Amino acid sequence: MEVLILSRLQFAAATFFHFLFVPLTLGLSILVAIMETKWVRSGDEQYKRMAKFWGKLFVINFALGVVTGITLEFQFGTNWARYSAYVGDIFGSLLAIEATLAFFLESTFIAVWIFGWERISPKLHCLAIWLVAGAGTLSAYWIIAANAWMQHPVGYVIRNGRAELSDFIAVITQRFAVIEFVHTVSGAYILAGFFVMGISAYHLLKKREVSFFTKSFRLALAFALIFSLFEVVQGHFNGAEVATAQPSKLAAMESHWKTEKMAPMYLLALPKLSGEGNLIQWIPIPGALSILAYGDPNAEVKGLSDFKPEDRPPVFLTFVAFRTMVGLGMLFVLLTVWGFLIRKKLTDNPKYLRIMMLAIPLPYIANEAGWIVAEVGRQPWLVWGLMRTSAGVSPVDASQVAVSLVAFILFYGLLGVVAFWLMARFARKGPAPLPAAQG
Amino acid sequence: MLETIWFALWGLLWAIYFMLDGFDLGAGALLPFLAKDEQDKRTIYHSMGPFWDGNEVWLITAGGVTFAAFPTAYAVMFSSLYSALMLILFCLIIRGVALEYRGKVEGHGWREGWDMLLFISSALPALLFGVAFANIFQGIPIDAEGIYRGSLFTLLNPYGLLGGLLFLCLFLYHGALWLGIKAGGELKQRARRCAKALWAPLLILAVAFLVATWFATNLYQNYLAYPVLWILPALAVAGLLATRLFLQQGAAWRSWFASSAVVVGATLFGVAGLYPNLLPSSIDPKASLTIANAASSPLTLKIMLGVALVMVPVVIAYQIWVYHIFRHEVSPEDLAYEEGY
Repeated sequence: MEVLILSRLQFAAATFFHFLFVPLTLGLSILVAIMETKWVRSGDEQYKRMAKFWGKLFVINFALGVVTGITLEFQFGTNWARYSAYVGDIFGSLLAIEATLAFFLESTFIAVWIFGWERISPKLHCLAIWLVAGAGTLSAYWIIAANAWMQHPVGYVIRNGRAELSDFIAVITQRFAVIEFVHTVSGAYILAGFFVMGISAYHLLKKREVSFFTKSFRLALAFALIFSLFEVVQGHFNGAEVATAQPSKLAAMESHWKTEKMAPMYLLALPKLSGEGNLIQWIPIPGALSILAYGDPNAEVKGLSDFKPEDRPPVFLTFVAFRTMVGLGMLFVLLTVWGFLIRKKLTDNPKYLRIMMLAIPLPYIANEAGWIVAEVGRQPWLVWGLMRTSAGVSPVDASQVAVSLVAFILFYGLLGVVAFWLMARFARKGPAPLPAAQG
Repeated sequence: MLETIWFALWGLLWAIYFMLDGFDLGAGALLPFLAKDEQDKRTIYHSMGPFWDGNEVWLITAGGVTFAAFPTAYAVMFSSLYSALMLILFCLIIRGVALEYRGKVEGHGWREGWDMLLFISSALPALLFGVAFANIFQGIPIDAEGIYRGSLFTLLNPYGLLGGLLFLCLFLYHGALWLGIKAGGELKQRARRCAKALWAPLLILAVAFLVATWFATNLYQNYLAYPVLWILPALAVAGLLATRLFLQQGAAWRSWFASSAVVVGATLFGVAGLYPNLLPSSIDPKASLTIANAASSPLTLKIMLGVALVMVPVVIAYQIWVYHIFRHEVSPEDLAYEEGY
């Protein structure tokens, strides 16, 4: 029992920390690649400086994404040995393929990009960052296909006391994986857009490097606007997919207790911390939940009360995380549309710039909240309907896990502080002066 | 048959990982001994700069393939070696961060701190990988349920420790040779002298390990049954002799390639002796994890083989290209270069 709790906390800490760095890697690589492409095509040195400046922040962030990812792969074996043995046939192969297909490409070419400015031709150098960006997104697909299989297992048979692969194509092309991937990656792109906009806003407020940061801001704004709008629409499909595949998760996301047709959605609600039902539920929109989940106001939405208590996910956390994510998602649309309307006169709108500067952490919160919904909402299952989380843990000593958990928290805490401090330092410093000014 | 192919690939992936990350672990561990000033230190960081990340992905792949091809072995091996593996993982995290972050801030305390961390986080995994693999060769106390019946200290037995020392010494040597290639001037000479000094202890440890293996493990049974396998330890021994000879002649690259052959030969020597076991149990032979009872389904193995046969050569090709572009000596211009370390 203790091992279970400790292992869950450790995995939560490790994935949470890993995903502080992954979204920026995914999104910023594309933005830097676009900047460098513009430089290669137009010869405009401003774009080269942009690629270098944002690239430096990218590299600081990238390092932690990589090293925290390495530990995650091994933690399935160290802490979730029974799970690994049970599903390795499918889950393990997805991770292995990810490494050979994508991670190698990403890790090798990031070095070419960092060290290659003077050693290879600009075109080849630009190709390197596109390879990094492409490999990052490809890597995300394989990892999310593996996660999607835990959420919604397909293409397997139970044989020899474990889940064995029966249909590889079904595993890697299932709808759940595609939708989850699109949702996650869009969220990551929004984060990168806000990151670039926020830092640009800081400099624009100080009227430093105005042309440099206006260009950066507008590029990021276009990127974030597209994906913020897309995410709202796409999120709806995601919800509908969850409704059919994981009805108890959907009920927890909405803190919906009573099975009913015309299921309402409450604009303001809060589940009780323990026990059944909601503490408050105000301003219902009749039928809204039925429509969102099944596209039909008369559809019946199963309530949590009709799931056995041992089959329900932790409601409070799932619910709060879901509301946070959705609320922030809406806010991102507002902020990016606002930005679009004033895109030509950014420096005349210090209020907007200040808001955007302060908004940097928000997509981080939204991304992590999304994962809380996905993973906490999956409980009590480790693999939906197949294996409970409690059945997957390693037969190891609690003391070992306790020590490693404390080490993880202390150590990751420190590294996180160092990484963000370093990023903030370079972000504040701004780009290197123009070559003409140097010489 | 599929299982055997995967067993061979599994061993090969670990061997490639040790060959590649071995030199940067070694170089990192040598930092406090070879670097006399800031310029030397930055040269050492630079010598690993474009490579360490790509090298570590071989570990991810070796781990991933253990998971995918032999999930039961992955589960039991990694949970049994829990504390040792956690230590390795923490070290690899620190190393990566030290490499990327040290040069980003000027402060003396900042840089000294990362140097110390780089040293520890390079030396310790080298030692621990050796301890872990020697214990795998020897067998560890796992029961029929796949539950480990020992502690961290069970792993620190004489044979395990000997394996650890051998790996550490081998990686130091391999790293010193790398610095002998990548560094310039005085540091290059110091690195080469260091390699020469490390060679004799390495030879002694290698011989001791080969002898101890006879008494501590069953690895030689396969060699007695299939004498063709002797080619693997022979590769290691020939490499060990050749690397010293090349070093004497000042043929740095050849010496490093020969030392790579030692790493690959030594790893494959153990792995070939292990076959068909992946993780022998020292308390109950029936509880040993073998390619028969730990492998994935034939379908998974086939798909993975397809991916590996196409992708691994591609990976090797572009990694060789990267080694080729960054094969030069680290120069003062490299150090002045703003994106560098």
